[in-house]
Amino acid sequence: MKLNKILRNTLLIVFACFALSACATSKKTSGQMQGDVYTGTDTVEYLASGVPDRVFFATNESVLTTASRETLRKQAAYLRKNSKITIVLEGHADERGTREYNLALGERRANAAKDYLMTYGISSNRISVLSYGKERPVDSGSNPLAWSKNRRSVTVKAN
Amino acid sequence: MRILIHIIIYLVLIPSKSFGLIEVDITRGNLDPLPIAVSPLSIDENSRQNFEKILKKRNIGEEISKIIEINLKTSGLFNPLNKDAFLQAPDIANLKPRFEDWNLIKAQALITGKVSYIDEKLRVEFRLWDVLAGKEMVALAFTTVPTNWRRVGHIITDKIYQRLTGEKGYFDTRIIYVAEEGPKTKRIKKLAIMDQDGANNKFLTLGNELVLTPRFNPTSQMVTYLSYFRNLPRVYLLDIETGTQEVVGDFPGMTFAPRFSPDGKKIIMSFAKDGNSEIYTMDLENRIVEKITNHPSIDTSPSFSPDGKFICFNSDRSGYQQIYVMKSDGSNVKRISFGKGLYGTPVWSPRGDLIAFTKLHKGKFYIGVMRVDGSGERLLTENFYQEAPSWSPNGRVLIFYRETKTDAKGEGFSAKLWSIDLTGYNERMVKTPTDASDPSWSSLLSN
Repeated sequence: MKLNKILRNTLLIVFACFALSACATSKKTSGQMQGDVYTGTDTVEYLASGVPDRVFFATNESVLTTASRETLRKQAAYLRKNSKITIVLEGHADERGTREYNLALGERRANAAKDYLMTYGISSNRISVLSYGKERPVDSGSNPLAWSKNRRSVTVKAN
Repeated sequence: MRILIHIIIYLVLIPSKSFGLIEVDITRGNLDPLPIAVSPLSIDENSRQNFEKILKKRNIGEEISKIIEINLKTSGLFNPLNKDAFLQAPDIANLKPRFEDWNLIKAQALITGKVSYIDEKLRVEFRLWDVLAGKEMVALAFTTVPTNWRRVGHIITDKIYQRLTGEKGYFDTRIIYVAEEGPKTKRIKKLAIMDQDGANNKFLTLGNELVLTPRFNPTSQMVTYLSYFRNLPRVYLLDIETGTQEVVGDFPGMTFAPRFSPDGKKIIMSFAKDGNSEIYTMDLENRIVEKITNHPSIDTSPSFSPDGKFICFNSDRSGYQQIYVMKSDGSNVKRISFGKGLYGTPVWSPRGDLIAFTKLHKGKFYIGVMRVDGSGERLLTENFYQEAPSWSPNGRVLIFYRETKTDAKGEGFSAKLWSIDLTGYNERMVKTPTDASDPSWSSLLSN
């Protein structure tokens, strides 16, 4: 009797674990986020064919992901070919942080992109940086996916 | 805009000696507010007609009483009684209250007064009575231009509050904030200012550029704030009397998170360059700029202690947002927040003993206070999103803003101002004509 109960509880726990992991897996395979970094293309615009205009960040982070670096290398190649173009890097944060810290975080993110572009041969005097903090979200949702789209640095042509 | 009105206190009846008179304890949550009767200020017919002509108010005596009553109620410390129960008419009560009558309706304190029209001026006389002791506690008279009638109501409330609690009031004050409109993705923001009770709301900018985080100078009618004018986010200084404004300093990048020093002579703020935000001060007289922090992490949201000797600020030098305190020259940096979660927006209390902050823990935002050494952390309120507390000038009340979660379609967003007592009681929404954020409380306009 007692053993039965223990067994049943164990089974329940096993089931619960299974349900949880299934849930977690389905989230990851939705193709929209990896960890909490946005990997979709919903909001992405293009500087030129095949050159995405933005990169995305994890919560509270300004580290460039592998995908971000690839995007920035494409941008650098495009900018090297079009040497008259100057750009503004607009750094953004999601709504889950205090306004002032997010302004600093947006600036840090845009600078991470700037530094990378510079290592690929783009002169710093072609790049200016502008942080919007959490003031200009692209997605007004209050959920992890919307927040992931908003944590971004967008490369905008300035001329 | 004329700010410093001439309020002449030309009649000061000597307050009675204080022995065993009523007192309101404000150090703990007040669940038992003091029953107080605000008898409408009496007014003679001739004065009433004159004010009706000038101010378009049928009975200015009643209007001023209403302001006092609402102020007292909003404080959470007083329970203004229903006028229908009053047994004594305002004109007689003003001369000599029948304390038994007021006692009968359980009033412990009574406010009476008289309004008159003298030489095109508004003259208001008021008295505060201790009903149980049968004694007068305060008696004052003010004379001013009629258009200042609301401020008279606030000043009277300050006198009552001070007499009954032993601390200065916060009613003759204003709030500067950011008025918000439009969809979340294209929010239009304007600077706005209003009286502490929401009256006299005025927009100070047109909404052509993004504006954030306005803060009052504690000693004058100046405001510092962040504007995205020409897409260059910079700290500005605005004189709200003249409307003139100027950029603060000459920085080659974004300046943000400004605040005044307690003497009003310096602005402290962050300057961001190459992904690193540091704290700077600029002296408004000699324009000398000083770098205060020197660390590759984000250092922002600085706030001076009231004696100007220390600065609390927000830094992620430990890896995450935490609160730090340093000397005003940048030395002796010490982390003071050690609880679970992230901490931001530290603001030093005008009383000097506490620091208010925003905390993020497990997806919830809290407004809280801690002692200046980081001990005694107390969380006052929890919500989906709220931040940026600002102290009332007497350090008893915090005003902050709160945002709501949007639904699946991204709709239903709102931002509102809220206030809460330091004790964690008396949480209230502060009404504004539009959505609102980033409130900053002024000092007392009159002392």
